Amino acid sequence: MSQSTAETALWLLVLLPALVGAALTLLRPQRAAVTASLVTAGVTAALALFVSVTGPQVGVPFMAGSHLALGVDPLSALVVPTIAVVTLLVLLFSAGEIQRSRARFHGLMLLFAAGALLTATAQTLPALLLAWEVMGATSFALVGFWWHEQRRVRAGTTAFLVTRAADLGLYLAGGAALAGGGGLALTDLSAADDAWRHVLAGGVLVAALGKAAQLPFSFWLSRAMEGPSPVSALLHSAAMVAMGGYLLLRTEPLLASTGWAGPAAAWVGASTALLLGAVALAQQDLKQLLAASTSAQLGFVVMGAGLGTVGGGAAHLVAHASTKALLFLAAGAWLNALGTKHLTGLRGVARRWPLVGWASTLGVLSLAGVAPLALWATKDAVLAAALARSPWLFAVGMAAAALSAAYSGRILLAVWGRVPAQDRTRVKEHLDEEQPGTGHIGLLERLPMLALALGAVTLGLLALPPVGDTFARALGEEPAHPGMAEMAGSAGIALLMLALVWWRPPPRPRLARHWLGLETAARTTVVVPTLALARALARFDDRVLDRGVGAMAVGAISVARQVAAVDDHRVDGLVEGLAARVRRLGQVARRPQSGQLHHYYVQAVAVLVVGVLLLLTVR
Amino acid sequence: MLSLIIFLPLLGAVALVVIPRLDGAAARWLWVVVAAADLALVTGLWLAYEPPGAGRLAFEERARWIPGVDSSYHVGVDGLSLPLMAMTAVIFLACAVFALRDQDRPRTRAALFLFLQSVSLGLFAAADLILFFLFFDLSIVGMYFVIAGWGHGDRGRSAMKFFLYTFLGSLSLLAGFIGLYVAAEPHTFDMVELAEQTPLDGSPTAGGLVLAAILLGLAVKTPTVPFHTWLPPAHTDAPAVGSAVLAGVLLKMGTYGFVRIAMPMLPEAWRAWAWVVLVVGIVSVVYGALVALAQTDLKRMIAYTSVNHMGYVVLAVGAAGILTEGTAQARSVAVTGAVTQMVSHGLITAALFLLVGVFWERAGTYDLGSYGGLAGPAPRLATLFALGAFASLGLPGLSGFIAEFQVFAGSIAVAPVTAIALVGLLLTAALFLRALQRLFSGPTDGASRGFGDLRPAELWSVAPLLALSLLIGVLPRPLLGVVEPAADLVVQLVGR
Repeated sequence: MSQSTAETALWLLVLLPALVGAALTLLRPQRAAVTASLVTAGVTAALALFVSVTGPQVGVPFMAGSHLALGVDPLSALVVPTIAVVTLLVLLFSAGEIQRSRARFHGLMLLFAAGALLTATAQTLPALLLAWEVMGATSFALVGFWWHEQRRVRAGTTAFLVTRAADLGLYLAGGAALAGGGGLALTDLSAADDAWRHVLAGGVLVAALGKAAQLPFSFWLSRAMEGPSPVSALLHSAAMVAMGGYLLLRTEPLLASTGWAGPAAAWVGASTALLLGAVALAQQDLKQLLAASTSAQLGFVVMGAGLGTVGGGAAHLVAHASTKALLFLAAGAWLNALGTKHLTGLRGVARRWPLVGWASTLGVLSLAGVAPLALWATKDAVLAAALARSPWLFAVGMAAAALSAAYSGRILLAVWGRVPAQDRTRVKEHLDEEQPGTGHIGLLERLPMLALALGAVTLGLLALPPVGDTFARALGEEPAHPGMAEMAGSAGIALLMLALVWWRPPPRPRLARHWLGLETAARTTVVVPTLALARALARFDDRVLDRGVGAMAVGAISVARQVAAVDDHRVDGLVEGLAARVRRLGQVARRPQSGQLHHYYVQAVAVLVVGVLLLLTVR
Repeated sequence: MLSLIIFLPLLGAVALVVIPRLDGAAARWLWVVVAAADLALVTGLWLAYEPPGAGRLAFEERARWIPGVDSSYHVGVDGLSLPLMAMTAVIFLACAVFALRDQDRPRTRAALFLFLQSVSLGLFAAADLILFFLFFDLSIVGMYFVIAGWGHGDRGRSAMKFFLYTFLGSLSLLAGFIGLYVAAEPHTFDMVELAEQTPLDGSPTAGGLVLAAILLGLAVKTPTVPFHTWLPPAHTDAPAVGSAVLAGVLLKMGTYGFVRIAMPMLPEAWRAWAWVVLVVGIVSVVYGALVALAQTDLKRMIAYTSVNHMGYVVLAVGAAGILTEGTAQARSVAVTGAVTQMVSHGLITAALFLLVGVFWERAGTYDLGSYGGLAGPAPRLATLFALGAFASLGLPGLSGFIAEFQVFAGSIAVAPVTAIALVGLLLTAALFLRALQRLFSGPTDGASRGFGDLRPAELWSVAPLLALSLLIGVLPRPLLGVVEPAADLVVQLVGR
């Protein structure tokens, strides 16, 4: 296979879904939409597998002396197929579930996936930022997809604004990279000058934490649940949120080179895993629970990046993608069938649709960290690195892992639990509360779940020898294995927590139920003051600045009036007065001209007398 | 060739006035044809263009005009002016197409806009200060008649305010030009010679005063805070095509003056006062965005975003005057971003103002609260408006990003304090998303009921503008390839 074929394939990997997605969104061909979308997603998945084997690098000149460069290295060779395959499966599911505005939906989803694929292959900062924000914008359109309800669009706005606030870090990083002299290529970032390198790492870290819904940005993910379930399935697993974690894995050398950014990432990740785990445990709404769990699980990925175990972090990212996509699809299928996502309303739903029930159970057990499922192995790979660094970090991580088992237990309890006779009406009340349920889960919805369940079971291999060792070596890392005792211990804790939750319902603290009050805090400390300032400045603009200009115009007119008055009364008065005096002089001079001779003689005599007198006195 | 491009629209205008018994439809189509022909000529110019090198212009033409003060009819293009001329031709064609359905005195209006087009193209091609000033003032006169004649609301007052304010600014500009003329030895108004001579280097007081006069004139036209208050009423009461030209083309005359006149001719004074320019830029960015956020009138909101967007340009040219070791590349990136922003803002804002004109035409109000759920009855409007809004908030993949990323990357590298202005990116995102939310989502209500979607003339005037923005956003090289050498030169000239 020639090099140019692989390069073309890499361009197509991004361009194909982008172009087809744009065409579907703009032209809206309702009939052909689903077929076009599925064929595109299928071809894209094939291209993804192909480029992950061949590993091409391509680029064209872009701006600020850098290229729009794409490339596939061992890290993206794992993530790119994950994105493409999850996209294909989610779109397959959507073909069954989404019945209205299909062209717009599939078009936006393909654009979203194209953004994620470009993020995963981007080699320079401008290319990354391009993909990064296109993902953000399409997520706005997808979360607010059912625009008839304004709260959904508002949720999209929240998602976009929060992530964009964090994205400003990447703009800052662009300036720092240019000033630091290292260039805008992602691999060169750690070569920047000392002071600028810290700015760079800070900018990248903030941007990644925002997208990955880590503390303190996590709340946007709760709001993003307003979007259709397939959107959540993709957004939480392989695109957007996952890409936040991915960026930190990709820039791990930069984080490590600063000395502080790595530990900072590790601690933020660990705290998010713990606190958002508690949030997940307190939720009554299945989608909210899963959303909080996404933040928490991405916490392990961020932790992995901070600790320098790129292999472990990446394995967790991929295993989580499969698991979480599966669970969101199941939640979506149940929501569609029963019209509810409330845990009480979903009581016993696994018995009603056993295939979906069993598939999702595998996913939930993987999420709980039950051996030998995927997330058990990948999470332990990260925790092993934590133990090597700091026992405290390890302890926080273990507690977070225990929490994930606990909230997983709540899902299991809900979907498998039998409904006691006295609770029947309470369960019934929740049915059809969100939308009228169809009472039906079709084949198109079920098939993708089976494929994803397979991933949730097997992808742990990426963190276990021998596959995990090969992967780590490809990334240039020394393979590290968690001790048998730790792995057995974590599996034991998971089972223990599951049993505990089955036995007694866990506490649901108020703060955790409301996502730690993060959104309220952001609203009161940022949004409200900003809006107040904006209104104050607008008033200032109208009443002071503009009126000042108006006053100057009025002032000019009044000065003009005064000058006109001066002109009328003084200047013209002077002229008029002079004229009047001259006139009077004329009148005086006219009086002697009487026309009578004797008057003239008298005047002549008088003049002569005066003349003689004058002559005499002057002499 | 260049003179033909400049005066072809004027010939069209004359034809419109003198041909007897020309009916409205013929006048409208004649406008479209002349604008399209002019765009074709500009495209040809672009294809034949080669960077002329330092101290020279491409397609130069020179004729005796007022030899007594060494002022000549001198025109030419380089990487700064060519993109703006192309943008001008595109926007005027879009306006001609948009106005195809409008019955309001089409013949006079077409003539007036063709006159404005000649004036605008002439300004960007001018290489003589008197010629520049002539076109600068004629643009004000033309736009006065557009607002006063075809506007709505309190149009007379708004037009008068616009005229007086910007005319006053232009007088300050003239004072500055005369200062340059007097200081030059031999006295001249020729821009190429003045850039070579830099007559006021070595006299900081005189240089500072002349720069202050020129900056004041340009700041009013751009406009920057605090000289911007003529802009919102002028836009609110102007017709859609008038707003598109005002925001798209006329504002650029101010920012173009920075890179064409102030920086190359007064490098020493520019370096001395660069901090002031930079701070005015930052203030314009943040203040413009915040005030825009508080607006409830759609058109006023977009008018204020122009203050914000022009702030990025001012900030970048300010940063380009701050000479620190080893930042030549960063300064060049900032200036490239500034010029790209001028083109990008022209395309995007013209598109947005044309779309806003559709709101007025259908429902007679710009009030954001009067609409809701418009995505139902007007899906095409919703799609294009959303695209325009995302372009304006600097979404990657569209031209605003190419401009703003370079502005920020370059400026932050030179002067880290400019990072404050990053908040502008967030604020514009907030205000546009809020507007989208209010206009298009929720139940179809109020003025949205019975709202007709875009008609072909409206679609085919706005869509090409946004398509160009998309093209620049994805494939910026054809534009940047032209701008970058010129930006390098400006940075060199300032660094002398």
